[in-house]
Amino acid sequence: MNGAQDLGGQMGFGPIELEENEPNFHANWEERAFAVTLAMGATGSWTLDASRFARESLPPATYLSSSYYEIWTRGLEKLLVANGLATDEELRQGRILQPARPVRRVLTADAVAGTLAKGAPVEREAHQAARFRVGDKVRSKRIHPEHHTRLPRYARDVPGTIEAVHGVHVFPDTNAHGKGEQPAWLYGVLFKGTDIWGPDSDPKLSLRIDLWEPYLDLA
Amino acid sequence: MSDHDRDHVHDHDHSELSEIELRVRALETLLTEKGYIDPPALDALIETYETKIGPKNGARVVAKAWADPDYRARLLEDATAAIAELGFTGRQGEHMVAVENTQTTHNMVVCTLCSCYPWTVLGLPPVWYKSAPYRSRAVRDPRGVLAEFGLKLPEETEIRVWDSTAEVRYLVIPRRPEGTEGWSEERLSGLVSRNSMIGTGLAHDPGTREDAA
Repeated sequence: MNGAQDLGGQMGFGPIELEENEPNFHANWEERAFAVTLAMGATGSWTLDASRFARESLPPATYLSSSYYEIWTRGLEKLLVANGLATDEELRQGRILQPARPVRRVLTADAVAGTLAKGAPVEREAHQAARFRVGDKVRSKRIHPEHHTRLPRYARDVPGTIEAVHGVHVFPDTNAHGKGEQPAWLYGVLFKGTDIWGPDSDPKLSLRIDLWEPYLDLA
Repeated sequence: MSDHDRDHVHDHDHSELSEIELRVRALETLLTEKGYIDPPALDALIETYETKIGPKNGARVVAKAWADPDYRARLLEDATAAIAELGFTGRQGEHMVAVENTQTTHNMVVCTLCSCYPWTVLGLPPVWYKSAPYRSRAVRDPRGVLAEFGLKLPEETEIRVWDSTAEVRYLVIPRRPEGTEGWSEERLSGLVSRNSMIGTGLAHDPGTREDAA
């Protein structure tokens, strides 16, 4: 979706704020928001793609004026309500008003190290041959879906070259919306800065963007 | 303490909490009551990223690649497997790619759409990496961004920006500083800054590093 999260090429945000010896967390609530989000993810109630969509579909003004863990918190609240695991009233009061619904798994302290070390690989078995090969000239599609997508706006309808074939990966556009993994070939596509930004681009700039086959056409 | 005092302390406590603090506290309390989350697991998650998983991991990978040509070749061929040799695997590092800076090309990593970052080797991303100024400009004006990090590259240097749009995570291998011939991996790893592995910095100069130490 063309939400506030799609920031590539936008202007006017000012200088980057750097902090020497920055801590992982700037307040206790950030630690808790981080850990609660990961622990709820581990229950298997939604996909990582669904949680990204929950964050990016926050109203743009909210997204842009919230700190990152605030965005995570608001996204998590949406997911809990949408999946029937909590109600707005429960979130407001911070106490249980409806019986809990069963979840697939509850992450315990002794399982944390193993769960993190295992991760959640998204590469799947290939059932058909890749449409493109390294060196192929392609063009990204001109699309503006309202659903979750990982084709950034700045990289749409641009010519590029296939530089890597990563394998078959879970397709976020469907996986974010309960429509299954629908794995598709994923490519590393090379774009020239001038093809994306025009004559004002840094002439020495190139961009490498990972794009799924459904985002691309042969040029 | 009387009941009255206790209530007073309670109210006072709450009045000092911001809206987001109250919100997160309510969330954790509710989800714990529901039995969806286990507070000791939350502590373990935080502890892991505070003490075990961070840029020291990535620095070991880079130092080994500098010191051991066979390892460097394996890292460039299959970074996920090469990084796993050092025991770094899993969440937000399931599909790793290492990209090497050269005399002619400088690599820099961003996630314009959210905050994708190679957690297994760098830990959690800093605030600036997740911020709108960096995400918006890294892809359009990387030289301007690098200047804000105090890094000025020669005009003829090619800049390649990697936008982490999928689950592939990128680790930049910075150039090995001169004057480090014969250094041990451990000593080399001290030169590998976090930013040098994102591409917003270079490895530390051994001279200045030793002066500073």
